[in-house]
Amino acid sequence: MSATRVQQRDAIPLAPSGPGWLEPVRRAAGALFARTGFPTQRDEEWRFTPVGPIATVAWQRSPTTPGAADRTALAAFRFGQPEWFTLVFVDGVFSEELTTIGPLPRGARVGSLRAALEEGGDLLRDHLTRHAPTDASGFTALNTASFTDGGLVYVPAGADLDRPVHLIFVTTSAAADAALHLRNLLVVERGARANVIESYVTLAPGTRYLANLVTEVSVAAGSWLEHTRIQRESERAYHIALTHVDQHRDSHYRSFSMALGGALARHNLHARLNDENVETLLYGLYLTRGEQTADSHTAIYHDHPNCRSWEVYKGILTDRSRAVFNGKVFVKPEAQKTDAKQTNRNLLLSDTAKVDTKPQLEIFADDVKCTHGATVGRLDDVALFYARSRGIGAEAARRLLIYAFAAEVIDEVALEPVRLELDRLVLERLGTVG
Amino acid sequence: MSSSVESLVNREYKYGFVTDIESDLAPKGLNEDIVRLISAKKGEPEWLLDWRLQAYRNWTRMAEPHNWPNISYEPVNYQDLRYYAAPKTTTPLGSLDDVDPKLLETYTKLGIPLSEQKLLAGVAVDAIFDSVSVGTTYKAKLAEQGIIFCSFGEAVREHPELVRQYLGSVVPAGDNFFAALNAAVFSDGSFVYIPKGVKCPMELSTYFRINQAETGQFERTLIVADEGAGVSYLEGCTAPKRDANQLHAAVVELVALDDASIKYSTVQNWYAGDADGKGGILNFVTKRGKCAGTRSKISWTQVETGSAITWKYPSVILQGDDSVGEFYSVAVVNNRQQADTGTKMIHVGRNTRSTIVSKGISAGRGQNSYRGLVKVLPRAANARNYTQCDSMLIGNRCGAHTFPYIDVQNASSSTEHEASTSKIGEDQIFYLKQRGLNTENAISMIVNGFCKEVFKELPMEFAVEAQKLLGVSLEGSVG
Repeated sequence: MSATRVQQRDAIPLAPSGPGWLEPVRRAAGALFARTGFPTQRDEEWRFTPVGPIATVAWQRSPTTPGAADRTALAAFRFGQPEWFTLVFVDGVFSEELTTIGPLPRGARVGSLRAALEEGGDLLRDHLTRHAPTDASGFTALNTASFTDGGLVYVPAGADLDRPVHLIFVTTSAAADAALHLRNLLVVERGARANVIESYVTLAPGTRYLANLVTEVSVAAGSWLEHTRIQRESERAYHIALTHVDQHRDSHYRSFSMALGGALARHNLHARLNDENVETLLYGLYLTRGEQTADSHTAIYHDHPNCRSWEVYKGILTDRSRAVFNGKVFVKPEAQKTDAKQTNRNLLLSDTAKVDTKPQLEIFADDVKCTHGATVGRLDDVALFYARSRGIGAEAARRLLIYAFAAEVIDEVALEPVRLELDRLVLERLGTVG
Repeated sequence: MSSSVESLVNREYKYGFVTDIESDLAPKGLNEDIVRLISAKKGEPEWLLDWRLQAYRNWTRMAEPHNWPNISYEPVNYQDLRYYAAPKTTTPLGSLDDVDPKLLETYTKLGIPLSEQKLLAGVAVDAIFDSVSVGTTYKAKLAEQGIIFCSFGEAVREHPELVRQYLGSVVPAGDNFFAALNAAVFSDGSFVYIPKGVKCPMELSTYFRINQAETGQFERTLIVADEGAGVSYLEGCTAPKRDANQLHAAVVELVALDDASIKYSTVQNWYAGDADGKGGILNFVTKRGKCAGTRSKISWTQVETGSAITWKYPSVILQGDDSVGEFYSVAVVNNRQQADTGTKMIHVGRNTRSTIVSKGISAGRGQNSYRGLVKVLPRAANARNYTQCDSMLIGNRCGAHTFPYIDVQNASSSTEHEASTSKIGEDQIFYLKQRGLNTENAISMIVNGFCKEVFKELPMEFAVEAQKLLGVSLEGSVG
């Protein structure tokens, strides 16, 4: 057995005790990971993603006693109104003390997944590990085998969770060289409505750790969900995440995925359209600097007729950073009248930055409207000249155009406080883009 | 309406006849001895034999690509093929007068203006029958201007220094599985050299024909345009109908020096197999051009209507500053045909520009994939790429796929990629019908309009042929 294999096996932490039905699922996932290991760049799906270093590190188990974090330190990561439901996980461990959960609609549930697992019940049995396929990648298998906790949001039929749920995952220096495996479950039942934000942040910017995340989302018939993801991990961290969304008839799902942190950050977003008249909107923005790599892989499965998907991902790259984009749209033969549009636009601000983009359509139905577009380029000289001719300084004009490029996609976020926060993060980053 | 449409789609492949002609065949199988035999048959120099053997050894270490292309086929049994088949003649081929009248008859059936008096607009033709070049027309006239247009075998004998300098310089012997196989066993092909400052006064053309059963065809084309030279080259292909798949693994290399331009047009109409996908040509071709000089230009135009499986990516390496690469493609699949085709534009030099226009049409149970790479290397300041790939689906049992890879490493460059998928609209057909056109003509008009941007890049005679071909291979599937 090679040294790498041994370390990979050691990366599997002991799973916490859970209900009986989960045990075989976890065991099978562990066995699958032991067989396949981490993906390599020889796999087409991971061809541009340098995951090699992850397999060479002897990752520690996630700390059982998390590092120090208090409300003052966390204030920087909170936004919106104080009465929002805010769940805080420090180094992967749920913090009762930092969490705020107000009165919930009848039957709704917002809390830690681990607590719910200990309680048991049908809810988890119906959904947990039932959406995200364990064999999506070695990382997903490892997550299924070893996830320790995560956020649980359940909105019963017809309920409107009027206050957004903010899941904050914060790391401290105690997470150094640890592998965190977390799983979130979001279930929005028939005709219900919710707004969920996931934030991945750090109090220890120079710390190296592995965050291996899976979020499972079920959007039932006629329901509405806005799902925002803000990734601001340590710039030495590895962040590998899969979001799997199952949508049903007449449902609306909109996602915004922002990537700012991580040495290597990969987000896989899969949306399966399981019935007719579904609407799926996927927006993304990645800003990379230094030696960062940000990788966005999305896949939209049009399995049924009369659905609409709309996707816009944008990237701003500087220094020696790298971005990877792969957007797949699959249209099955029966998915007639599909309307799918996908756009990926990249702004290269330095000669040493690099983009690999691959928009991909696989279409088996004829009566469809499917388009995709991808561009890689620099700031428009004419627009710069115009701004300067109006008396705006060169640097200010540059920043204005970069900001406008990002703002176009941020504007698609429905919830205003989230939009403002995303705006603020872009402006903050632009201050250092130079 | 659909009955007339049916008859159109069921139209026979008109080039599916076999010419009964005696052939000089190599034994089945592939090994170093076969490579030596081919080389000996052609009376090749030592260096070329060594090059072939090196390619053969590379090939034995490579695997047939099955993972990444979006096509599926039974692996080819390379030991069950013949690697050399030549029409048997007593005298060496060279002038048209020596050619077997049966062969000439074949080419007449194919509509190739092989005999010079029948030439319409002055197209010089090199015709390849199975593995051997049977005659090159207009050779003397071209020679007056110093243009070399001859079979590959002849070029090796007459101009070894040119062949040696450029052979494998664009597609190395070990480039990929099929290119390595071709380098080991290629039997003939065309060679073109346009000297400095000469614009070739007529279009050059090659016609490929596979006749013998159980053979593969492995021809190799090398075109060199010296400084300031220009040439337009056409290629067409047909094969008899057979139940078994036949392999065609060709290599085309283009080299354009400073200010030179090469335009390469292909109308590919290999036998596509029957409606159930039985038989047909496996068309696994490596085509690549190198814009080696500054301000050079290479343009590929292809109309791919035939073959059971098409696997080809005519590419351009834009090495010289200010060089230009173009790719215009129409790929049609019907019945059980599969195509995985596209291009690679590698921007190396400054101010390099590339344009890609790809039109894919899928009908029946055909699967059509566009696979392309646009790569901008760090030195390629101000590089510019525009890509447009459109797909049209006819029926819901076919598929259209796009796999564009865009890798950019230079901030002053700009790349754009656009793709769309659509069907022929009922309203479009209705509009044309109420203007007095019948359904067939309406569809033909819409499809031709869809492909117009590519057809206008083709030389006139080819454009006419391409439009007809499109009609044959497609219309019947619209109901």
